[in-house]
Amino acid sequence: MTDQSTDQGIPEPEGASDIIQTDYEIGQDNIEAQIGPFGLDIHNPVFLISGVSIIAFVFYALALPDQAGEFFGWLRPALTSTFDWFFLSAANIFVLFCLILIVSPWGGVRIGGKDATPDYSYPGWFAMLFAAGMGIGLMFFGVLEPAYYFGTPWGDAPLGVVRPFDENGMLIEANVEEARRMALAATSYHWALHPWAIYAVVALALALFSYNKGLPLTIRSAFYPIFGERVWGWTGHIIDILAVFATLFGLATSLGFGAQQANAGLEHIYGIPNNVTVQVILITAITAVALISVVRGLDGGVKILSEVNMVLAFLLLIFVLFAAGAGTILSEFAAGLVAYTQEVVPLSNPFGREDTGYMQGWTSFYWAWWISWSPFVGMFIARVSRGRSVREFIICVLLIPSFVCVLWMAVFGGAAINDMIANGADSMVKANVIDNYSPELSLFAMLESLPLAAITSTLGIILVIVFFVTSSDSGSLVIDTITAGGKIDAPLPQRVFWCTFEGAVAIVLLIGGGLTALQAMVISTGLPFTVVLLLMCIAIVKGLRSEPR
Amino acid sequence: MYSTIMVPVDLAHLGTLTKALSTATDLAKHYDVPVVYVGVTSAAPGPLGHTPEEYGDKLSSFAAEQANAGGIKTSSQTLVSHDPTTDVDDALLQAVKDTGADLVVMASHLPGLADYVWPSNGGKIAAHSSASVFVVRG
Repeated sequence: MTDQSTDQGIPEPEGASDIIQTDYEIGQDNIEAQIGPFGLDIHNPVFLISGVSIIAFVFYALALPDQAGEFFGWLRPALTSTFDWFFLSAANIFVLFCLILIVSPWGGVRIGGKDATPDYSYPGWFAMLFAAGMGIGLMFFGVLEPAYYFGTPWGDAPLGVVRPFDENGMLIEANVEEARRMALAATSYHWALHPWAIYAVVALALALFSYNKGLPLTIRSAFYPIFGERVWGWTGHIIDILAVFATLFGLATSLGFGAQQANAGLEHIYGIPNNVTVQVILITAITAVALISVVRGLDGGVKILSEVNMVLAFLLLIFVLFAAGAGTILSEFAAGLVAYTQEVVPLSNPFGREDTGYMQGWTSFYWAWWISWSPFVGMFIARVSRGRSVREFIICVLLIPSFVCVLWMAVFGGAAINDMIANGADSMVKANVIDNYSPELSLFAMLESLPLAAITSTLGIILVIVFFVTSSDSGSLVIDTITAGGKIDAPLPQRVFWCTFEGAVAIVLLIGGGLTALQAMVISTGLPFTVVLLLMCIAIVKGLRSEPR
Repeated sequence: MYSTIMVPVDLAHLGTLTKALSTATDLAKHYDVPVVYVGVTSAAPGPLGHTPEEYGDKLSSFAAEQANAGGIKTSSQTLVSHDPTTDVDDALLQAVKDTGADLVVMASHLPGLADYVWPSNGGKIAAHSSASVFVVRG
């Protein structure tokens, strides 16, 4: 009678880490049930309350559309204007916090224990965190934002930079250089360090408390050092429910808007009618592909799609780079990096600014938006980041994506601004961004200024759709894990449910109206979550201090 | 006839495995071969352990208990999966190769509607593995 315990299945010996001793057992509040052929394993009460309150808000938006539209239409700008200083300061703190962690001795702490090895190779890991975190925004804002800052006549130019156009829309040569430099710097500011620092804080907190401290992989675990055992009660329930709420509505409203963007593109290129029916078909198709992806699982579905996504995006990037003149654009990239470095401090100054149109209308809005997405993206990044050291983690989640985003903006924004300079009043980009503001067409307008527009625009639409799928599938996994109390092996029907539910909410809001109202509501959750993220920084420090390095 | 029997176990639902476990023990005695108990877990903390090691310890003491109770030779192997919900089958197929088992004894539920969409674990193992598979109805 021997017990030859073989443990070759474990990646590597994990080595020392500092498990938190708690009486809470993961899954102790869960309800396991069998409904027909479907098994269930859900957290009580997070699953039920999240589901019911989501349905209640959808009903509210449908039953009282004007009231909901008016309320959230007022609430969102009120919050981002009143608390602009708070959002900007908090985002600065997150960036500094991450940069300090890189150089501090805590950078040596390894996620998953001292001897843990990475679950994913660099390309797969990077593709997943990028596709979940930013994806679609690059397609929507890559042309829009730089072109907008370059030509805005609405008084929201970053740092009050000079306008390159006079009242008749003619180019003012003397102002072009400065306007272009500032447009790239101001765009990069919204896409580089700050958003990624927001994600990094959430992701690091969750990864640390889950993989090193042994707490369930769910948002509340990051609050253990602050609330102690109370995180397993209502304090934690509320944190988790808020996260599910923000994630589901964030995804559903973006899905609705994304379908509208893809439809606008399809109409523009192929003359396919732009109406609700086509958009509902698009949402259904996106949700169907996302469903296949979640059913195939993290490695067989989500990771593969993210990689496909990266390859397509890279192809489009390379094409635009060469079509628009590689030499010019690369010098643009260098100039963009320099401009970003020069202007990031004045742009991120929270006090005494005169360019409030830019600061409140764009920056503060963006920060609230990134922060409201951070529970979802952060948790997904955490899940796939086991085995990396804190230093590696921050370099890869903060610095490399920042670099890629600056490059992307320089290429797409640079090509768009070039078109505005070269073609002046005839520029398609100018026509769609400045003269007749139709943001969903900005990308296609820029692609039309380059050769092979029919092919690249189609690629553009495919990318918009695939980016949605990669957000939708990873989002469903995250919601499923939170509503299963941190269990990542909950039965398959649950993730199928959340993925379908998200598509259904998007369709209902699209048909009934309410996308704008509920998106404003999601962004409003950025305010409480900012406080949550600041507390997470404290929790991370507390957590790292006790870890072996 | 056989050299090693592999038994996939779900430590969270041992109650549903009773029949499969005793079948495996009887077969092991009959052919005088060892049993390897295989469990699939994720690296994230779960109800059965905060780390894969903790899970592995539980599985190995389970194997020892079975050895004592049944008078057979046992061992255990823990498999770590990124997404256990969807990857259990592939992990078990890998385990068949790793352990060199030539007989798999596993519990199965009664086939239902869902099995037309997603084949059962037992069905997939039988279809893709070179080992004999004994699916025990609970």
